[in-house]
Amino acid sequence: MNHQINRLKDGGLIDRAQKLTFTFDGKAFEGYQGDTIASALIANGVSLLGRSFKYHRPRGILSAGSEEPNALVELRSGHRREPNIRATMAELYQGLEATSQNRWPSLDFDIMSINSLVSPLLTAGFYYKTFMWPASFWEKIYEPAIRRAAGLGRPPVGNDPDHYEKAFAHCDVLVIGAGPAGLATALAAGRSGARVILCDENNILGGRLLSDERTIGKDSGLEWVKTAESELASLSNVTLMRRTTVFGIYDHGVYGAIEQVNDHIASPPAYQPRQRSYRIVAKRAVLAAGAIERPMIFGNNDLPGIMLGSAIRTYINRYASLPGRRAVIFTSSDEGYTTAKALEQAGAVVVAIVDSRKGEMIQRAQGGKHLQAVDIQMGNGTIRSVECDLLAMSNGWNPAVHLTCHLGNKPVWHDGVHAFIPDKLPKGLTVVGSANGRFTLQNALDDGFRLGSEAAAETGFDTAASHAPTTDAESLAHQPIWRVTSGKGKRFVDFQHDVTDLDIELANREGFKSVEHMKRYTTLGMATDQGKTANIAGLAILGEVSGRTINEVGTTIFRPPYTPVALGALAGHHVHKAFRPTRLTPSHQWAEEQNAVFMETGPWLRAQYFPKEAGEDWLSAMAREVVTTREKVGVCDVSTLGKIDLQGKDVATFLDRIYTGTFSTLAIGRVRYGLMMREDGFVFDDGTTARLGENHYLMTTTTAGAGKVMAHLEFCHQVLWPELDIAFTSVTEQWAQFSIAGPCSRKVLQKIVEPAYDLSNEAFPYMSAGEVKLRGGVPARLFRISFSGELAYEIGVPNGYGDALIRAIIAAGEEFGITPYGLEALSTMRIEKGHVAGGELNGQTTPRDLGLAGMVSQKKDCIGKHMSERPAMLEADRPIIVGFKPRNKSAKLTGGAHFLDLATKPSLSADLGHLMSVAYSPTLKSWIGLGILKNGRQRIGETVRAVDFMRGTDIEVEICDPVFFDRMGERLRG
Amino acid sequence: MRIPCPFCGTRDSQEFTYLGQAGLKRPDPSAPNAQAAFHDYVHIRKNPAGPNSELWLHAYGCRSWIVVERNTLTHDILGADYASPVMKEAAQ
Repeated sequence: MNHQINRLKDGGLIDRAQKLTFTFDGKAFEGYQGDTIASALIANGVSLLGRSFKYHRPRGILSAGSEEPNALVELRSGHRREPNIRATMAELYQGLEATSQNRWPSLDFDIMSINSLVSPLLTAGFYYKTFMWPASFWEKIYEPAIRRAAGLGRPPVGNDPDHYEKAFAHCDVLVIGAGPAGLATALAAGRSGARVILCDENNILGGRLLSDERTIGKDSGLEWVKTAESELASLSNVTLMRRTTVFGIYDHGVYGAIEQVNDHIASPPAYQPRQRSYRIVAKRAVLAAGAIERPMIFGNNDLPGIMLGSAIRTYINRYASLPGRRAVIFTSSDEGYTTAKALEQAGAVVVAIVDSRKGEMIQRAQGGKHLQAVDIQMGNGTIRSVECDLLAMSNGWNPAVHLTCHLGNKPVWHDGVHAFIPDKLPKGLTVVGSANGRFTLQNALDDGFRLGSEAAAETGFDTAASHAPTTDAESLAHQPIWRVTSGKGKRFVDFQHDVTDLDIELANREGFKSVEHMKRYTTLGMATDQGKTANIAGLAILGEVSGRTINEVGTTIFRPPYTPVALGALAGHHVHKAFRPTRLTPSHQWAEEQNAVFMETGPWLRAQYFPKEAGEDWLSAMAREVVTTREKVGVCDVSTLGKIDLQGKDVATFLDRIYTGTFSTLAIGRVRYGLMMREDGFVFDDGTTARLGENHYLMTTTTAGAGKVMAHLEFCHQVLWPELDIAFTSVTEQWAQFSIAGPCSRKVLQKIVEPAYDLSNEAFPYMSAGEVKLRGGVPARLFRISFSGELAYEIGVPNGYGDALIRAIIAAGEEFGITPYGLEALSTMRIEKGHVAGGELNGQTTPRDLGLAGMVSQKKDCIGKHMSERPAMLEADRPIIVGFKPRNKSAKLTGGAHFLDLATKPSLSADLGHLMSVAYSPTLKSWIGLGILKNGRQRIGETVRAVDFMRGTDIEVEICDPVFFDRMGERLRG
Repeated sequence: MRIPCPFCGTRDSQEFTYLGQAGLKRPDPSAPNAQAAFHDYVHIRKNPAGPNSELWLHAYGCRSWIVVERNTLTHDILGADYASPVMKEAAQ
């Protein structure tokens, strides 16, 4: 066990009573509750955390926040392993396992660091230049090699075992960031009574006040934070959301946020999510996201031991971890002196303060895996080398303007504060404190109290203005420098993507002068940190080398998310089986008892076939079910078909306009097949519709089409013909419906229906509909319709009776040898009969293509009629539906196979059509299929090739009539 | 996005489905140039950069078809009302 050699004796916001053990690359370390991985590793004297993306250079910790580009680790192991976790944000917990990434075989000895020596190969645009030729090399050689060499962590292999949640939240005022500005804003808004949500990506509130020793009124900064926090916690209208990052702004006051509910412990407690994604709907929002300190750019500025000054103060004051003992300060602002003071107080020696405003620069850092010395260029031009193990950089701050730009606005450069600050803002958003370039603590409090009250007032909560307390003075005088080019060594602008200032020069030289082009050519700012510490310096350097001001160069576009968001959190519970609800048929439980095999059809789980004994395969089961149904009787659950109940005096008129056929002439108690088109003339859906009364119809739709037909009818009624007096509603789930088919179906039905009802062919002929009572008094609807081509009925009962009815039908049918049949048998029988279904109703076929031109009434208009009669739709050789049988009876047909004339080379122009649905017909003892073919009707009896490149088959098929069985329909009328 | 449904109030856009331009009049099917008129009705759209009237269905709400006035440049929603004048009248 290593000791915490760099842990300060006292101070910090860590809980020394709670000692935690953790491992980094398998080695055990100790830390405290309140640490991050980064602060604990610093306390343990570990400064090498990873290897860089392209050159595999040693990297350590740059920052103490979410902007961290270098210190990325893999967190946890197994299926919970997560790559690219910022060590500066990951809270320590007992037993934490972290692994460095992007190194091989080990962090200390990384073979790929040779890349650093051959780096001319890897400059900007190297992908485009080096790996151009030959194309086939790309997939097999270049890409796998580059992926291994240049990469970030490894994703987990298996499924994530944890849960994620989605939620909505609503408020009057959303405050983003809980530093001094955000706390002041939330206090002012909260005191008014407005509903306030205060979000911060950290686990504790306070922002920079946790890292610097400040005075507010009579209190220390920390005491002020505590008082503010307890007041906010006491207000029932204020919700504090810690560990919650607002990552994006969307239209109309919608904000995306991720709450890391249980990322700070090893695994979530039972029934709790790891993360929760929020859509926060806010009338007003105030951005108090603070600012990100800028690094300095000089030779080898990426060595471990070179850190942001503000981060060093955070490690000292918040975490009681001292990152070095011999420190040099490189600063372009008075803030460097604050860092020097903090270091001295913590016991470090500050050996030099290099202030660029005095003409002093750091040219180059030296060291292997850690900083050992810096070369200082003195004001008089002489170079002095100074040994040190820590370098603090202070080069001013970049306001975290990201969210203000997500809806398309761009920030502007402000010379007074040497930073890009928000310009035009999204509706409903204001910006306070350093996010707005107002960097002093006094600014932050003043802005917060003023704009917090203002935001609350705009949502209707007026309050007496709260006044900001007075803070201690501070000096932020500052003159940024963008790079020091006089020294040797690579000068990194984007640490995470290994982009140097010379890459930007190269991009400019090669014509990529637009900031968007430079970004993509060099990949500056395109890593997981999105260039939080890199972009602005990159713009400045591009401006310098192209002779433009930074404002002329402009910024690239900021897009959500602000920090990386796990896709799992956006998906929430909508994964795997919960992606959408599974709908079960009324006979599902009974079918399970019969050992039915189920399949998904749209949202439904339906019986595919009913194996008679274990091991009966789908083909034999289907064949048996078809033969039994055709010879005796079968029953099938057809409840999944969409059912829409339509009533009102204009229903008949409405249906005449919806369907190609005429329904106003349908007699009460009769059913008719109906075909619907879309307005563009292609078939939309089909089904049977019964007239139950003068102004009462019951429509059925396909299973898959139920939802879209409903929306279509609503469109036609509400938008096209609102004057029609109709009302309709979906009753799909209200009725359980079974098809009883086969020569014995009437006999089975007679045992179920009360004897008073005459079911004879004369009294209840084909295409009849009516209400009946079942024995025992259950009301039912009876339809004599047939999809199978047999004498058949569909019987519907209120859904709750479905289970009882299927059991009653099976019991009644036993003496006739009844079989239940599934989707396979249903589909085979409809193909034998040439009935069109899903495969044919594919959105590209007109009624004529499907041989249903006769179903389109010429006496009236309907949706799609004109468009279906456009000249191209009526061309004589437009493919039309016909049937197909293989010439060789044992050959199998495959759906999707294309037709060609014999001895024709396959080509698009030779294509004659394709197979849409196929089945093995036990009735014909051959595979059969339906498809469309050019001049199909004229070619019946001829032979064509059916070619299927996907499955590698090429067979000869006979063109035949699409109705393979009982062409005259004698069976169904019997 | 938030859409102000005239029946349900303002709701998240994920409750709605989008159809397209509103205000198109279905041509008279018996007019002599009906086929050409139907072609335009089905295929020709304004695609304006600016305010646009659009048809949305409140699919996971009241099932009303509504006309939403939306600025395609700014996504500002200027208002929404029932597509059906009958429903509009009933609401008043």
